[in-house]
Amino acid sequence: MTDRVRVALTVNGERVDAEVEPRQNLVDFLREELQLTGSHVGCEHGVCGACTVRVDGTIVRGCLMLAVQCDGASVESIEGLSDSGDIADLQAAFCERNALQCGFCTPGVLLTAQELLMRSDGAPSRDQIREHLSGNYCRCTGYQAIVDAIEAVALARQGPAR
Amino acid sequence: MKPAPFAYAKARSLDHAVTLLDGAPDARVLAGGQSLVPALNMRLSTPSLLVDINGLPELGEVSRRDGHIEIGALVRHAQAERSAAVAQLAPLLARAIPHIAHPAIRNRGTIGGSIALADPAAELPACLLALRAEIEVTGRAGARTVPADDFFKGLFETALGPGDVLSAIRVPVPRSDARFGFAELARRHGDYALVGLAAAATADGGRLADVRLAFFGVGDRPTRTRRAEAALEAGDRDAAVAALQHDLSPHTDVHASAATRRHLAGVLLRRVAAQLDSPI
Repeated sequence: MTDRVRVALTVNGERVDAEVEPRQNLVDFLREELQLTGSHVGCEHGVCGACTVRVDGTIVRGCLMLAVQCDGASVESIEGLSDSGDIADLQAAFCERNALQCGFCTPGVLLTAQELLMRSDGAPSRDQIREHLSGNYCRCTGYQAIVDAIEAVALARQGPAR
Repeated sequence: MKPAPFAYAKARSLDHAVTLLDGAPDARVLAGGQSLVPALNMRLSTPSLLVDINGLPELGEVSRRDGHIEIGALVRHAQAERSAAVAQLAPLLARAIPHIAHPAIRNRGTIGGSIALADPAAELPACLLALRAEIEVTGRAGARTVPADDFFKGLFETALGPGDVLSAIRVPVPRSDARFGFAELARRHGDYALVGLAAAATADGGRLADVRLAFFGVGDRPTRTRRAEAALEAGDRDAAVAALQHDLSPHTDVHASAATRRHLAGVLLRRVAAQLDSPI
């Protein structure tokens, strides 16, 4: 009964066919079966946010979704988002402002920040940025530089002041 | 940690889910999975079978019918948070949902899952209690309705039996004189509350009537505080706060002592009483 299950999904735009154990989490599937190791495994119970990936356009915890649930889904990880160029400005701002040190949390933070920036009507406030990032732990930076970088990109994406 | 092995079945209909559950007494329903999967990962839960109900779109709708707003069990927290119908017809839920966990969790977590789990520190069970909501349960014998007052039985215990699926919740559409209040205290936004309070009442001239105070995080289930309710109806906030000494018996844990929780419950009661004094 715990047999492997066949799934077909797209990962970063490419079709993937696989047989997965029902108990395998999405983030382990990405890392171990597809060698996409940009999504990190931290707490494995949904607290730290290091495993954040997109499923069908919205961010989820990669450790709290099973790979078998992604049959038919479109999954995007930091590798795909990075290659697309969609977050090049965020990545540059993180480097420029030292918004990362060890980098373990960074892929998850970038995906979370990108969702906030895409959904916001106008540039979000620093409080809104902090609240949206409340589920992503960073143990290096103290968050100040992360909020600075996201705020800078949020304002830059609004275009030049009129 | 990684989960112990289990089998996986995707339900094709609500009846199919009930049939699948019927065949395996230790099976668990997989909805949003935001509490179940952590329990699997930590091997606190080791079911032989997961019955995935995520493919049932009929459980994912918000609709208005017969004086109620009905929210399907699979409606995600984020979906309810953005729903104009929820904001208008269930404003207490709209106020509470942003306090639940974090954005990525709310994208997956479901209304039905929060209620079925019945975590004593969770927001939605207390809201349903304050709102006189009903819970629709579908099982072998078909669908039945359980009032929120009878649904929460104890620590993670509910009126759901083996083979039952929570299929929807129904919240009465508020009258124009309805009042609501919500507040919680947590160490960090999105964490489980140390203490929280969901409240409903009706405005009766200059007074409050039909006050329902449902505390969470201070007992083994969401807890009504009847003496405090009566004191608020009598217009005496100090007496209401004092009554919490009798109405609540909070626990001590690593996050806060019982005395701290009792004190914070009084703080929240004053904040929520102020909210009840004006329309939302």
